[in-house]
Amino acid sequence: MLSFLIRRVGQALLVIVAMVLIVFFGVHVIGDPIWMLISPEMDQQAIAQTAAALGLDKPIWEQLLYFLRGLAVGDLGRSFVHGEPAIQLILSRMPATLELAVVALLMAVLIGLPLGLYAGLNPDSPVSRTIMASSILGFSLPTFWVGLMLIMFFSVMLGWLPATGRGAPQSVLGFETSLLTAQGWAFIALPALNLALLKISLIIRLARAGTREVILTDYVKFARAKGLSRQRIVQVHVLKNIMIPIVTVLGLEFGSLMAFSVVTETIFSWPGMGKLLLEAIQRLDRPVIVASIMVVVILFVLINLVVDILYSVLDPRVRLTEARA
Amino acid sequence: MSCLPYLTRSARAAGLAAGSAVLASTLALSAANAQEVRIGLSAEPSSIDPHYHNLGPNNGLARHVFEPLVNQNANQGLIPSLAENWRTVDDTTWEFKLRRGVKFFDGSEFTADDVIATYKRVPNVPRSPASFAQFITGMTFEKVDSHTLRVKTKAPAPLVPTFLSTIALVPKTCAESMSTEDFNALKCQGGTGPFRYTEFRPGDRVTLARNPNYWGPRPAWETVTFRFQTSGPTRVASLLAGDVDVIDNVPPTDIARLKGDAKIELAETLSNRVIYFHMDQFREVSPFITAKDGSQIKNPLRDLRVRQALSKAINRPAIVDRIMDGAAVPAEQVLAKSFFGTSQKLQPIRFDLEGARKLLAEAGYPNGFKMKMHGPAGRYTNDTKILEAVAQMFTRLGLEIEIETIPPANFFSRASTGAGGLPEFSMILVGWGASTGETSGSLRSLLGSPIKEKGSGAANRGRYSNPALDAKLDEALATVDDRKRAALLGEASEIAFNNLGIIPSHYQTNVWASRRGVKVEARADEYTIATGISR
Repeated sequence: MLSFLIRRVGQALLVIVAMVLIVFFGVHVIGDPIWMLISPEMDQQAIAQTAAALGLDKPIWEQLLYFLRGLAVGDLGRSFVHGEPAIQLILSRMPATLELAVVALLMAVLIGLPLGLYAGLNPDSPVSRTIMASSILGFSLPTFWVGLMLIMFFSVMLGWLPATGRGAPQSVLGFETSLLTAQGWAFIALPALNLALLKISLIIRLARAGTREVILTDYVKFARAKGLSRQRIVQVHVLKNIMIPIVTVLGLEFGSLMAFSVVTETIFSWPGMGKLLLEAIQRLDRPVIVASIMVVVILFVLINLVVDILYSVLDPRVRLTEARA
Repeated sequence: MSCLPYLTRSARAAGLAAGSAVLASTLALSAANAQEVRIGLSAEPSSIDPHYHNLGPNNGLARHVFEPLVNQNANQGLIPSLAENWRTVDDTTWEFKLRRGVKFFDGSEFTADDVIATYKRVPNVPRSPASFAQFITGMTFEKVDSHTLRVKTKAPAPLVPTFLSTIALVPKTCAESMSTEDFNALKCQGGTGPFRYTEFRPGDRVTLARNPNYWGPRPAWETVTFRFQTSGPTRVASLLAGDVDVIDNVPPTDIARLKGDAKIELAETLSNRVIYFHMDQFREVSPFITAKDGSQIKNPLRDLRVRQALSKAINRPAIVDRIMDGAAVPAEQVLAKSFFGTSQKLQPIRFDLEGARKLLAEAGYPNGFKMKMHGPAGRYTNDTKILEAVAQMFTRLGLEIEIETIPPANFFSRASTGAGGLPEFSMILVGWGASTGETSGSLRSLLGSPIKEKGSGAANRGRYSNPALDAKLDEALATVDDRKRAALLGEASEIAFNNLGIIPSHYQTNVWASRRGVKVEARADEYTIATGISR
């Protein structure tokens, strides 16, 4: 277990270093951030002074050195645009994104799993066919379009849910969430659904395929022969066995929900990390981009770790010491 | 057809049952407080600190809480604010009489000390990406008495009141001790303005409450909520859904639709932003121009006749009509004629393809030439479409045009210093907003000879240089008398645009939309100011 963890941390560090270098030089290749920051009416001297104050007048390797020196003492630098520490900006946006990702994932599981299971158990019923056909829609409709349609339908036409924004956040045990009030849920419903649609379809398909495979295995036949109830067979023998691929995919999908909900956050004006990252990229706010990527890498590593541990819980044959990442 | 109403009704009933819990909660939400105005903004301020970043959204928001000595009205004319009046004592001294009896939100009285403390803070905001310092460089401030301030300059400086109108005044205590982070944390809650900050949630909203001690007319709103909605379609949907009462920066494609909606009203006005073309004026051979066979030719853009031909070949009314959906006006100079320092003589440039062809032939290019034009993708309204249209218009003129649109982050860097510290491109589409609301700054930055020591030509990405224009501008900037200066700037505009140092395309209009019954005062500077919104 310990050697497994050490190996994982080592790998994570390598990935982080590589990402930092790529992002750092990538931004440099795109352009000089100074032109995205200044007011166009500034004169040459004012521009030069600003560049000097932000360290943008130095050659890129010197800027990198300066950044690495800060990194060594845990300082990721300050946002060029906002002037605040980059990591603080990101962490202050994280609860919003986390909450959106969790609700979307819950929706995906609570809706996708039963539907997929049903479709797998009754592959030829018209209901199953409808479920599978709709899942294709879920895959193929673009997020931004669905988002706008959701707003048009539920907010503009029916007036049931607010179109954009997030409910007032409250602090619980040091963690900030907007989900303690009904209003908070009204705000999150549409963006979470929009994010969840694709995941629902994904889980439906995985669950159906898994069910159809498992239902033909010997242990299910044996269980049936033993005269176990259908309910017990499905809940214990089928569900547990189809969960392994689903947990893997959910883990990775959770990571991508956290990291790349950019489109949904922008359409629904959700104040999360994705929106922050998008704006940072548009304005070449390098410290924020670098710090975001680092946070995302760390998130993915953590999620993979959790997935590996869950594996060993679901499938006793898997031993973490043997797991090769 | 007959089953349709039934279907909808039953669908609605089913939905109602399912959504009743949510519905109950949103009802409270949509019952808009009559004393509250909710505004959807297309751009988010980067900070609450009014001296941190000279950026439209920051300045517009700051105006609600911290006021300048002199303010700008909706057409960017100067109006008294915390200074009741101002005059020149001599050519290099301005005197401002401060308003008496004005209190800050914390109850302390506004005096000249606050003004001086603010101006002392302005150049010293750490890591400011766009400082306000340039507006007060070379000025010294002197307190005559508690409510009289003198501003001394080394040379005659007619723009002192204009420049000071950009700087929001904060209480001395805030100016001396607060950092940008303190401002963002709302530790300096209130200034002298009509509102004060109550909540700032980055990425989401900022909330203001009425300042009970405000010296001016009582604002119509108890609470103002600015929501940051960067996506255009979302902003419109949000207004239609009743989530917000007002939105700014209405996407041109939605204007016609909103005009036809009985529940919505629009407010629009001419902006201070011109969309124009910068042309390589400094290279003998321009990197993106060749003969049609690909062989090297002399830079044709340095020939006035070629520039005139290009300008005549642009069908401005078509751009305004077809691409901007009417949300623009054809341009003939750097600011529309209603602004200070513009030429009243310059005529709209007529679309004249025949004349353009003739000029091109006279200049020695009867068969045209080949050129690649560049522009930003997504920085200005419809920028890509405009560039495409103009490319087609130039093709009709007989040129062979290729275009490339580039993300702004990459474009501005290359267009400014892409070729070894010099502008990289041959002809580019750019936009320019004149935050001072007069022409001197724009002419100097865009068309003045690029001289670092003098600070002219900082945004001159074509490196146009004309001694006659420079001399006229210098003279204007040393003329304190408003009428004389306006005339001189008008003449400078004529020199610049008769020579087509840049080719103007159109002035944008700023468009707001609001729930019917809510009136918005449209502003040239793109700011959305809650005191200009009424019922």
